[in-house]
Amino acid sequence: MSASTPTRGTAPVGLSKGEARTYASYARPAWQRWLLTRETAVILLLAVVFAWATSSVPNFDGPLTLYYLFLDLMPILLIALPMTLVIITGEIDLSVASTVVLTSAVTGLLTIDAGWGFGQAALVAIAVGALCGLFNGFLVGYVGLPSLAVTIGTLALYRGIAVGLLGTEAKTGFPEEWTDRVKERIGETSYPQVLVVFGVLAVVFVLLLHFSGFGRGVYEIGLNDEAARFSGVDVARTKLLLFVLAGAVSGLAGVYYTLRYDLARGDAANGLELQVIAAVLLGGVSIFGGRGALHGVVAGVLLIGVISSAMRLQGETENVTTIVIGLLLIASVVTPSFLSWVSGRLPAGVKGAFSRSRRT
Amino acid sequence: MSATLAPPSPGGAPSGSGAPGAGARVRSALGHAVRSREIAVAVVLLVVVAAATARNDSFLLSGDGWRDLLLTPSILLLLAAGQMLVIVTRSVDLSVGSTMALTAYLTGRLFIDQPGLPIPVVVLAGVAMGALLGVVNGVLVAYAGVPALVITLGTMYVYRGAMLSWAGSDRITADQMPKDFLSLGTSSVVGIPVLTIVALLVVAAVGYYLHTARSGRELYAIGSDPDAARLYGLKVPTRVLTAFVLCGALAGLAGVLHAARYGSVSSSVGNGIELQAVGAAVIGGVAIFGGSGTVWGAAIGAVLLVTINRALPILGIPEFWQRAVVGALILGAVVLDRLLAARRARRLDEERED
Repeated sequence: MSASTPTRGTAPVGLSKGEARTYASYARPAWQRWLLTRETAVILLLAVVFAWATSSVPNFDGPLTLYYLFLDLMPILLIALPMTLVIITGEIDLSVASTVVLTSAVTGLLTIDAGWGFGQAALVAIAVGALCGLFNGFLVGYVGLPSLAVTIGTLALYRGIAVGLLGTEAKTGFPEEWTDRVKERIGETSYPQVLVVFGVLAVVFVLLLHFSGFGRGVYEIGLNDEAARFSGVDVARTKLLLFVLAGAVSGLAGVYYTLRYDLARGDAANGLELQVIAAVLLGGVSIFGGRGALHGVVAGVLLIGVISSAMRLQGETENVTTIVIGLLLIASVVTPSFLSWVSGRLPAGVKGAFSRSRRT
Repeated sequence: MSATLAPPSPGGAPSGSGAPGAGARVRSALGHAVRSREIAVAVVLLVVVAAATARNDSFLLSGDGWRDLLLTPSILLLLAAGQMLVIVTRSVDLSVGSTMALTAYLTGRLFIDQPGLPIPVVVLAGVAMGALLGVVNGVLVAYAGVPALVITLGTMYVYRGAMLSWAGSDRITADQMPKDFLSLGTSSVVGIPVLTIVALLVVAAVGYYLHTARSGRELYAIGSDPDAARLYGLKVPTRVLTAFVLCGALAGLAGVLHAARYGSVSSSVGNGIELQAVGAAVIGGVAIFGGSGTVWGAAIGAVLLVTINRALPILGIPEFWQRAVVGALILGAVVLDRLLAARRARRLDEERED
């Protein structure tokens, strides 16, 4: 192999032949780097669960089941996108469900009470969501407060404002033109049109996280924010922007929520934040930050959706589904450390098989 | 407190002599009080109570008002004390609400299925159940090296799901539980409700443990710097496990007392109360990243949260705004912590330069 054509596994210039061999032996082949990941494991699990669901529930892959699966999952799917980036920086946003309720309340008050057009009201709602995110992001990024504490506070604050504005009232009777539109299908297929909105957003977030300098900064912050600062990443601004994105997307989810159920009320979307976080972590994102990918997260959300939908159709109660999702979440975070614990106690020969599995 | 350690100087030191004058000492004592989060939160609590009483006498002065003031916070107080133990070690327990629901239902079930069982046995069974659920959390957190947030988010789902599938659509009502047990939740001794006495005893015990027992002090060391604690040779996993078991046991006790206080157990017991418990600790000055705070702070924070909820409607603010006020309080507490920490750091820097 000539030195001028760099190939995978070739050592940097200036190494002896022995050193070069050692160097190459540490580089994992591409197929391993791409396929032996937690994301692949989640996608495989999703495939297995989907196969189990289709074989045990008649018509599980029929048009109606998938249609409702996507309609029900839409808020989690949407919010999981920015939440992934937030968690990769090592932060967390517990206030997203409260933002959904607040923006839903704003939508209701502006259209039903103030008589605004729905389009304008929706825009204002999304702006309110972004503002909620701006407040979180300012406190976390610029004031330097821990996001767990800040968003526990704003979790109560934003929902409190929503409940304060609405009281015990529920706003209903949104224009049918709009409530029908969110449920429309794409042409003759079984997929709802909102999936297109999700698709566009997903592409934007994939480009942002996986194919841009900004995204590399997000990972750097999660691995070591001090080091990221010294290598020129604007840590505060990045965090601010991510929280604003989380707020704005939650605002969009709030508008969707309002239309999907034709309802804006203070006690809606209870516990949604924890479902989103569970889905993101299930999708292979590390709670310590610095690790994860969006395809895994989408698979994680779908996994939760398929399991709950299949178990519901099999006549299981929602409680059993809750237990299964909880156990799955625990297993997904405990398995890697269990594997590394096992590999630390294996005889040397067997150990080689595990030694390259990175501990996350 | 530093002011009490200073030698008494009758008549006060003459001004200009160079020794700190009485004025300075008073000022330093005041400064200490303002910096002490427990006292600051207690002052806010007193202001809320005073304002509500000024608006409506019965908030404090009627028999019912006095009783509610003491009785209503006692369950959250237990949860906040347990949560504080866990937060000090740099963890968090989101499963306490579900644990509480499970033990509350267990309590009701035991009374229905084993009518002859003495009340103390049932109480102990509830506490033991809570401790057992705490062991599960603690083992997973301490030995798997995964943040407690994720583990307890998982067990929150699992425990709640278990409670709901166990309970099905039943709802345990007051007539299914013995009168003696229910009176535990309402009776009082010399004007102080029994539940409040229990809660205060628990807080005192936890405070004593944290401040005097070696393993209690170690919890602070672990929270301030887990790696240093490990290098120093502290048994970090064992201590973290202990904190979770105690937190679970207190949540178990809270579940039993919830059954006694409200006389009914429905599927929504303890929904969302985990965030209130964390909020109470944060308001009371327990740093969410471990290593500092007192159980008294968490307790006063819990009382403040509950009392504000009761005071708002009396103060003319519609009750719908309660959650917003609570959220603003938590944010205020977190920001205040940061300001005080920054001021302390600046002062240390200045001293170093002198």
